Amino acid sequence: MAEREMKKRSAPSARESEEAQPQEASGKNKEGEDLKAKLDAVLDEIDEVLEDNAEEFVRNYVQKGGE
Amino acid sequence: MSIPKVCGIETEYGITMPKTADANPITASSMLINAFVNEISGKVGWDFEDEAPGHDARGFNLEGSLPPEVETHLVNTVLTNGARFYVDHAHPEYSSPECLNPKEAVLYDKAGELVLRKAMSAAKRALPNEQEIVVYKNNSDRKGNSYGCHENYIMDRQVPFNKIAKQVTPFFVTRQIFCGSGKVGSEFQNIAKWEVPFQISQRADFFEEVVGLETTLKRPIVNTRDEPHADATRYRRLHVILGDANMSQFSSYLKLGTTALVLSMIEDSFLDEADLAIEDPVGSLRKVSWDLSLSTQLSRVSGGSISALDLQWEFLRLAQKYAIQRGTEVIGGDEFGEEILLNWEETLQALEADPMSLADRLDWVAKYQLVLGYMDRHGLEWDDPKLAAIDLQYHDIRPEKSLFYRLGIRSIWSDSEAELATHSPPRGTRAYFRGKCLEKYPRNVAAANWDSIIFDLGRDPLRRVPMMDPLRGTAKHVDELIDRCDTAQELLDALGT
Repeated sequence: MAEREMKKRSAPSARESEEAQPQEASGKNKEGEDLKAKLDAVLDEIDEVLEDNAEEFVRNYVQKGGE
Repeated sequence: MSIPKVCGIETEYGITMPKTADANPITASSMLINAFVNEISGKVGWDFEDEAPGHDARGFNLEGSLPPEVETHLVNTVLTNGARFYVDHAHPEYSSPECLNPKEAVLYDKAGELVLRKAMSAAKRALPNEQEIVVYKNNSDRKGNSYGCHENYIMDRQVPFNKIAKQVTPFFVTRQIFCGSGKVGSEFQNIAKWEVPFQISQRADFFEEVVGLETTLKRPIVNTRDEPHADATRYRRLHVILGDANMSQFSSYLKLGTTALVLSMIEDSFLDEADLAIEDPVGSLRKVSWDLSLSTQLSRVSGGSISALDLQWEFLRLAQKYAIQRGTEVIGGDEFGEEILLNWEETLQALEADPMSLADRLDWVAKYQLVLGYMDRHGLEWDDPKLAAIDLQYHDIRPEKSLFYRLGIRSIWSDSEAELATHSPPRGTRAYFRGKCLEKYPRNVAAANWDSIIFDLGRDPLRRVPMMDPLRGTAKHVDELIDRCDTAQELLDALGT
């Protein structure tokens, strides 16, 4: 079982303990930057992936019946 | 008293044939599943003997209430991982096998995506003129048609249904803040477009009742379908219809984990004194979905008001107390329970401090961030069809087309683990016996369903092996037996049926 990505460390138990430790803060910034970089990369290439005619694609997506 | 939360996820997929004029969705769904069966799995049919979706958990039927029909004529098959893969109305549906804990249920739901992907490839090879079938793991077509992703949790029959419905409702109304899949716009009638440019949930627009039997009309927050697929004197199956289909494993994991915990608390009467009820649950469901600031106030039955986020904090605090006092053995062991509580707490903290920091794990945040980024780059307004296209394509399950997969959202299970789960059953429930019998004696299994397997030994009569307890027929119970029985005849002789 892969639990690489699952947080297992102890979380701060009180909501008040928001005075972030310096280490945690820089970690968060790093995570934020990574997220931003990943998003930018997706935005760079998204038009190549998106269906050619967005309007038609959305209009033709009709689903009837279910559950 | 709380019992092990055996659980599973049923996902209905949206389906299109982009290169085929006037494609019929029922035919397309049948072709898709048949292509998979013919090329990959081989066919074992579904046994409808015990289907009774019209039974109401409240013990009565409302006048004018339409019980769901059982469509015995459409394609239906059982897979060696214990799952059911079939045509439900006009959609392909994959119902995961029974799983022992929420994390395992997420694995088998992810395996379902791979099954659908394989089916799409097989259909493409079988269809002429480069036609193809494409499926989407979402819940609406943006034109007022919705289809579901239902969760199932086994519960103690002794607990009155009305108590479950009453106590779980405020949780169901507010859990979407971490398990909603996000939607551009709204399909609610009489709402101006500018009022809801983006919302948290795919499904909130479609709910009209608090409690009820229906799943396609007048959808209720708490569904009363009383069809336990197990010993009805001991078990009930809570059939949860209000959730969104999640692309994100983390969203799905948190949805099932927190729900399983809350249901255990209800079984143990841990919420009997808690002040959690809110007024107008149906209206509140939409209010929460439409408010990205997570600050909208819901009226409490006891007076005053509370935000969805704060109500979730109250549920979490009670769950933490519950875990200390009673343990969390029933949701897969204390390690699982502790992990769910930690992730729940971290998620609420992040939603409070900066929801966008969850773009690497929650569906609605990831989609919202992507849509905002695209608008910003191209100077678009909310009514641009490209944004609606991004919404749909987030849920495309083809890796080359799926925007979800491009975003690199954090995962719990690897692709190779999910691949293994497409054909190998969970070890801790009766799904193990079902899957292994299908694998080892495929020619002798005439049909199967959740609580029995029918064997055909080539002479009358067919022989039915009941599996009324979801926790029997596990690897521990039957591995050695199946190992030593080379034929179905030997197996049935050993079982004494």
